[in-house]
Amino acid sequence: MRILGIETSCDETGVAVIDAEHGLLSHALYSQVALHAEYGGVVPELASRDHIRKLLPLVRQALDEADTAAPDLTGIAYTSGPGLLGALLVGAGVARSLAWAWGLPAVGVHHMEGHLLAPLLGDEPPEFPFLALLVSGGHTMLVDVQGVGRYRILGESLDDAAGEAFDKTAKLLGLGYPGGPALAALAEQGDPARFSFPRPMTDRPGLDFSFSGLKTRALTTLREARTEQDRADVARAFEEAVVDTLVIKCLRAVQETGAERLVVAGGVGANRRLRERLRAAVGAEGASVHYPPFEFCTDNGAMIALAGLMRFQAGAGEDLTIRARARWNLAQG
Amino acid sequence: MNTEHCLYLPDEQAMMALGARLAVSRPEGGRVVHLTGDLGAGKTTLTRGWLRALGHSGAVKSPTYTLVESYRLAGLDVHHFDLYRLADPEELDYLGLDDYFDGQALCLVEWPERGEGVLKTPDLAIRLTVAGEGREARIEALSETGRVWLDKFVKTEG
Repeated sequence: MRILGIETSCDETGVAVIDAEHGLLSHALYSQVALHAEYGGVVPELASRDHIRKLLPLVRQALDEADTAAPDLTGIAYTSGPGLLGALLVGAGVARSLAWAWGLPAVGVHHMEGHLLAPLLGDEPPEFPFLALLVSGGHTMLVDVQGVGRYRILGESLDDAAGEAFDKTAKLLGLGYPGGPALAALAEQGDPARFSFPRPMTDRPGLDFSFSGLKTRALTTLREARTEQDRADVARAFEEAVVDTLVIKCLRAVQETGAERLVVAGGVGANRRLRERLRAAVGAEGASVHYPPFEFCTDNGAMIALAGLMRFQAGAGEDLTIRARARWNLAQG
Repeated sequence: MNTEHCLYLPDEQAMMALGARLAVSRPEGGRVVHLTGDLGAGKTTLTRGWLRALGHSGAVKSPTYTLVESYRLAGLDVHHFDLYRLADPEELDYLGLDDYFDGQALCLVEWPERGEGVLKTPDLAIRLTVAGEGREARIEALSETGRVWLDKFVKTEG
């Protein structure tokens, strides 16, 4: 079984080919690869979300790099939501049309399911069931993953995502946007005892998050900031607060569910302090922490190809409807 | 008739209340409001107050990543935009975002300057700035309906 996966839900245009026996054969991401002239002719610098002009050259490139022709494929998977409707429709329309032309089945995949299953693309994939923390610029959620298609959302952000709070606070610190990693670097120079920021929503039960207040707190504190050291201290206080909050909620979720494995997906999972604290805190509960390969932490086609493969293996089949849903609850399947 | 109105908002509750007053005074039909101001100026807080006043009780997620979050409240479509991550106003077109401005829905647009040239003139433009411990809001009416709206808004003051 060999599956072509297409992701166009937001900023990235991603295409990948995965094989049930041989694993991931190729993956192409527009933002990372320069399109070869042979695939798209002269490719001007395209606007970030111009999926229409990027997608077909990327499909050609991914198939070519996987040494795969249309007749070798078993099916096509595409992200059908959630995301920007206009962006989703491009991937869904192209996937369905290629499937029709090539006589293949196609299946719509939930974008977040892709992220949840991305750790399985690694060399030592965690076994089901596991607890997943998805933490990126667009999402912050805790999900109980019992198996493919068996997801329960335990908690999520009620306002800003954690990565977004990082990016916006970085902007307030004059570090540009997005600037999460730059903020983490500045925080290294900061004194953790200088300012104390709240740990939002940790003083009450539940696993939901709220990060927008921390941004405002940083703004207020920065008003008094005069020196580079002041700014570093604010960065440190902010990072400590976000990391602590994430760790407290993960620990709570591990204790409540008895999970033995925690999977951390999304760009914020690259934060060093978060990794250290999670390993210590969750490890003390006897659970292990797993991360997807770095290149699959952010949006990509490989995770959609994988989710599609697992769906097809489970017998998925759909009619010819082009499915694009801007809003789609993960737990509703 | 008013074309401009300024008010001081001492805290978050006052910002939420401003959103509620704008909700109550809104003339019928599709309306467009631009919200400008730096990060942390209170644009999303104002929107939260507005949505609460329209009967929304759930989360008000930041649309920064998704560019738009939509709600259907008491028969009214409300679209909350954040165009901060828009690289080019042209994106509004090929993402299909211009379809949301259908004359029926209420559109609240943060960072409208990123869509300059493609976005049409709004009914109201609200600029939020940090002022001491609180915020200052300057509301400008930019259409005939906007002026009717602002008149009614001023009368509901207090």
